[in-house]
Amino acid sequence: MSDAPLLAVRGLRKSFGGLQAVRGFDLDVAAGAIVGLIGPNGSGKTTVLNLITGEIAADGGSVRLADQEMAGLPAFRICRSQIARTFQLVRILPGMTTRENVLIGRLFGADPAPLERARRDVDVLLDRVGLADRADQTGAQLTYIDQKRVELARALATRPRLLLLDEWLAGLNPTELQIGIALIRQVRDEGVTIIMIEHVMEAIRALCDHVVVMSAGALIAAGAPDAVLADPEVARVYLGDDDA
Amino acid sequence: MVENTWFRCSIAAAAVAFLAAVPLMVSAYTVSLLVSMLAYISLATAWAFFSGRTRYISLATAAFVGIGTYTVALLSDHLPLPMVLVIAPVVGFVVALGVGLATLRLSGVYFVIFTFGLAELIKQVVIWFEINQTKTLARYIFVNASGALIYELLLATAVVVLAGVWWLSRTPLGYALRVIGEDEMVARHAGIDTTRVKVLIFAATSAVMSLVGAILSLRYTYVDPNIGFNSLVSFQVLIMALLGGIGRLWGPAMGAIPLVLLFELLSGTFPHYFSIAVGLCFVVIVYYLPGGVMGLMDRWRARLRA
Repeated sequence: MSDAPLLAVRGLRKSFGGLQAVRGFDLDVAAGAIVGLIGPNGSGKTTVLNLITGEIAADGGSVRLADQEMAGLPAFRICRSQIARTFQLVRILPGMTTRENVLIGRLFGADPAPLERARRDVDVLLDRVGLADRADQTGAQLTYIDQKRVELARALATRPRLLLLDEWLAGLNPTELQIGIALIRQVRDEGVTIIMIEHVMEAIRALCDHVVVMSAGALIAAGAPDAVLADPEVARVYLGDDDA
Repeated sequence: MVENTWFRCSIAAAAVAFLAAVPLMVSAYTVSLLVSMLAYISLATAWAFFSGRTRYISLATAAFVGIGTYTVALLSDHLPLPMVLVIAPVVGFVVALGVGLATLRLSGVYFVIFTFGLAELIKQVVIWFEINQTKTLARYIFVNASGALIYELLLATAVVVLAGVWWLSRTPLGYALRVIGEDEMVARHAGIDTTRVKVLIFAATSAVMSLVGAILSLRYTYVDPNIGFNSLVSFQVLIMALLGGIGRLWGPAMGAIPLVLLFELLSGTFPHYFSIAVGLCFVVIVYYLPGGVMGLMDRWRARLRA
């Protein structure tokens, strides 16, 4: 990690009314890394992701992607600046086909393509995530893992340098989980840097080079997955305080 | 493929040529009925292109039709008619741009309420202006336009509107509108400048409504704010689009044709219960034809195949 980080978050803050959801959050992500963002429910993980992608505006702090300031930009500009995301609750476009669900990313993302070329590129992408034979089904007809694949493909279609996955592996059965882990690894190997919010520790251990732990809106631990997961403070925020 | 396209284009051209010749063959009453149909085909198609796809239900149709009507009422004494017919959609476009920028960040029900209020707001402003500035509440429109001319102008408008919607639906902009309707958050995070797309298409379709309002006003000799900004028009257009089916090119037109006939019949036979009848139509359509006539035809076709 000697190079400048791809993503540098400094002093990120956000309050909802009296609740400080994120208070002075810092994060560096090296190009090509997979960083795990973990922590108990309500610790501010998804808020951080929403702040980075411009879904909600920060109260303060900076988010720089390769020295370009993202904070304050609208979501569509951040997407075009090569930060893509998936959603905690799958957001599929139920009335559109799988191909159309993904096409949007290629037409409007970081490197917009004309319609014909976008269609060809999307078919290649669908093949890559294992959806080639379901390209013409509507989003509503897809199984849960296929809906997750569509979201991933849509995010990739925007041509991101940084991909944010919000519990993308949640709710998958053991076989699907292995497929999902392999898919994420493949995306990283193709040059996309990844931040993943995840509760599935098996996936964190298998994929992440670096893990950061949030509790009550702040970062409480960071490091290699094994070291962090062995940290007593991390166990305490997850499992509760014995002495309380 | 190319031959097929040429074939279709020739058929469409022949159909338009035939329709253009219709006023020579039928009575003045029929022409006036056809004028209403063509007007509502354009209004419902334009309405559905924005509201049907984005699911931002606009009740401002009456406002923009009224803007067209009043542009003619105010300017037709001073400027040649072609120029007035260019100015009317421009005024509609500019007003819609302002309204869109102010309100299209709102979602769902707030937008509906605002657009409904808009027609009333503009009407009240016009009433205030007329009473306080011009000391009159009504205006005469002295334009020498035959029923046939009005018909041809509205036919041309309908052809351009349908062709425009057909073409735009095949562009990335058309896709973007549908994505906004399906899930605006996904649209934003896929790189779509949702505000710009919404405001632009809202303004463009509103300009069509103002043009239709301007052409229709040539039928009147007399207009006052209650005629010009008749909020029933907003609901009629919405019902027509719903009856036909909002997601398809021909859907709104399929709804406009029978409902113009029905409303014509009702307003002639039961003038005092007309709005009740419109309300009943609305309820029946929403309950029994959620996908409109086009959706019903799709279901029948699927059943025949099965």
